[in-house]
Amino acid sequence: MQYISAERYGNSYRNAEKKRYRDRSRAELVETVAETVFTFCAFCSVLAVASITLYMVVNGTPAVFRVGLKDILFSSTWKPVAKEPSFGIFYVVLSSIAGTAMAVILGVPVALLTAVFLAEVAPKKLAATVGAAVELLAGIPSVIYGMIGMMVLNPVMYRLEQRIFARTPGHQFTGGANLLSAALVLAVMIMPTVISISETAIRAVPAHLRASSYALGASRVQTIFRVVLPAAKPGIATAVVLGVGRALGEAMAVSLVSGGSVNVPLPFRSVRFLTTALVSEMGYAGGLHRQVLFTVGLVLFVFIMLINLSLNRILKERERQDD
Amino acid sequence: MDDIKIRTDHLNLYYGRTHALKNVSVKIRAQAVTALIGPSGCGKSTFLKTLNRMNDLSGNVRIEGGVYLDGKDIYAPGVDVAKLRRKVGMVFQEPNPFPMSIYDNVAYGPRVHGIKDHGTLEKIVEESLRGASIWDEVKGRLRKSALGLSGGQKQRLCIARAMAVEPEVLLMDEPTSALDPASTVKVEELMKELKKKYTVVVVTHNMQQAARVSDDTFFFLMGEAVETGSTYSLFSKPRDRRTFDYINGRFG
Amino acid sequence: MIRKLADSFILGMIYGAAFFSVMLLVGIIGYVFVKGFPFVHWTFLTTVTSILRGSTGIAGNLVNTFYVAVLTLVFAVPVGVGAAVWMNEYAGGGWGVRLIEFTTQTLAGMPSVIFGLFGMVFFGGTLGLGYSVLTGSLTLAVMVLPLITHNAREALRAVPDSYRIGAAGMGATKWYMIRTILLPAAMPGIVTGIILAVGRIVGESAALLLTAGSGYLLPQSGRGLLHKVLESGGTLTVQMYLSMSKARYGEAFGIGVVLLCLVLAINLCVRLIAAYTKRIF
Repeated sequence: MQYISAERYGNSYRNAEKKRYRDRSRAELVETVAETVFTFCAFCSVLAVASITLYMVVNGTPAVFRVGLKDILFSSTWKPVAKEPSFGIFYVVLSSIAGTAMAVILGVPVALLTAVFLAEVAPKKLAATVGAAVELLAGIPSVIYGMIGMMVLNPVMYRLEQRIFARTPGHQFTGGANLLSAALVLAVMIMPTVISISETAIRAVPAHLRASSYALGASRVQTIFRVVLPAAKPGIATAVVLGVGRALGEAMAVSLVSGGSVNVPLPFRSVRFLTTALVSEMGYAGGLHRQVLFTVGLVLFVFIMLINLSLNRILKERERQDD
Repeated sequence: MDDIKIRTDHLNLYYGRTHALKNVSVKIRAQAVTALIGPSGCGKSTFLKTLNRMNDLSGNVRIEGGVYLDGKDIYAPGVDVAKLRRKVGMVFQEPNPFPMSIYDNVAYGPRVHGIKDHGTLEKIVEESLRGASIWDEVKGRLRKSALGLSGGQKQRLCIARAMAVEPEVLLMDEPTSALDPASTVKVEELMKELKKKYTVVVVTHNMQQAARVSDDTFFFLMGEAVETGSTYSLFSKPRDRRTFDYINGRFG
Repeated sequence: MIRKLADSFILGMIYGAAFFSVMLLVGIIGYVFVKGFPFVHWTFLTTVTSILRGSTGIAGNLVNTFYVAVLTLVFAVPVGVGAAVWMNEYAGGGWGVRLIEFTTQTLAGMPSVIFGLFGMVFFGGTLGLGYSVLTGSLTLAVMVLPLITHNAREALRAVPDSYRIGAAGMGATKWYMIRTILLPAAMPGIVTGIILAVGRIVGESAALLLTAGSGYLLPQSGRGLLHKVLESGGTLTVQMYLSMSKARYGEAFGIGVVLLCLVLAINLCVRLIAAYTKRIF
């Protein structure tokens, strides 16, 4: 067909060919540009992580040299604005670790049981309703959690404190703003994350494992706790690690409920975390104080990176097991 | 006459509206291997699952008629399903050990039934693994994950797991269909060994296998037990035209 | 018998845990609405806090929230979707994808204070943007990037390969295929990512406190609308935090009501899109 028209309309055919050639080279150019742009977009996240790391290190290390590593990390006196300031963040680090640990201990069991409910126990409709509630909990801003904690939880804690320490002279009353309040708020805040990821993991456990367990005469509860949850372990580990990350990194909610003085992390002491030190002091800090705050940020960053690496390890392990 | 271990009486089963088992009345002999054959979808697996009430797990199932184990109706109200399943063990088509160690896999059943003593558990594990002819292959790595075993080893481990609760009946749902020929031979030999102690009921899509390992064979078609009897007579002189067609490869 | 009792006890705990989660939500929403509703009235929503008149209002914060959300999306959506397209359509596995997966996951797990610190020194300091809506938006763009990428990628993955083969068979170029077939097909997922990102932006406070500051005034009209981008601007959440710290609880609860309404609306949108997607696939 084509060569006939080429003979008959030789000229216009040649023109069309030319045009097609031009179009093709233009199309090729567009293709190249598109690919380049997409590649750039893709590597933006790499760029972001690299520059965040760089900035955290560059801004966080000067204070270490000026104050000394030992005097920052392992000294417990935090007096950044005193005449002879000291910048020991030992208690701050400890508080962050203690608060996170307590939040995980309090929050993960409830979250896991809820995940079991959603994936194994509840009838479909009920599961959908509870699942929707969990999703909504995940979307509530952390300031609101902080506000509820401050208005509802702190007064309860204060009453508890008054009862427990009524005969303990020298106890510094916190008005309920203490480590325990912060841990409770954090526990609630990590629940949605832990629930939804564990639920997915539990649902992914193959049905034949359950069948085998039932065939051996196991009850539903036995099957859940002895077969299903162990089989979902990698996924649940992922959920817990993500929960740890969330708890460690949460700033606003805990800054409202934790009191804010630098203290040994005990349940009824007012405490300051790595994150709350940053949000409450960054606004007015200057000079060396500000540099030390960046070191605080660096410490938090290192913790989070360690968590990310362990998460990556778990995920890789999981991939290997799937093969 | 031989002992009758399980008897069904006008057993009907419905999945919602589907009539999956129709008036099945059969007798399963103790200390023998009974093979259930038939084209896929004929109800043989469904029938197998009624024997330890695994059908209870799937939602809208309705059952009429009776299944009698040692003369007692297992669908009677008040029957403890856990106890029943302990007496009537099951091995599945896919070798599916739990993602835990070999030892824990076998010890799972006894533990579920409340045995905690280490000495007892160890004895049960060894006996069961020996019974499933896999002891020599795994005795050096009992604490290693069961997922590292080969397909055939996994299936024999699953048989050992089922044996560990000391059942009287072993139900096997196409236990070799996911295995290679060499492993299949081993599992078949094991079945012959097992009937000395247990009543074995095996679903198979492989007629040669039924002929090799079983004493009795039941032929199922569209939910009906068309023909039942000794394997020899069923294969050599089938009484029903449909059985004849099936074993001669006319359909299915 | 003991086993049955133990089983029912544990089942009870499972039901209890689920009930607790639901009650938590109901409690939070109920409490905030009951406490905050009296404060939400016309003046509260349409004016800015004035010491002269002694009135409180959050109009400035509402506008700031809108600015920050829109600007953040302008930066994050093209980059996030572009990254997803590259990972799914160009890269074909390999170290590049693994590296990006790792960094995306790292960003997703980064606490917002860290983003705040980074944004403060990089966008605010190095780029000289100071405490401004722009600094805040750029910071949040980095923060919500993983959310957008992840959702877009999942959506692209769900596009059946037959579409790609069909388009290629008709001689379409790659970019043409992406533009006319893949992106439209992946649109529900992309939009879900965007809405979830809006949710995070609206709820964010720590990162914004350190980068966008706490200005609460309305932008001037005309040029001022553009200029606002370079001024300090506190979003609703930031203002709520500040109100709490200053013990202006009524105002805080009022903002809480507005925030919860936004969160509920966002959740509803995501659900509608999910239902819609289920219907067409």
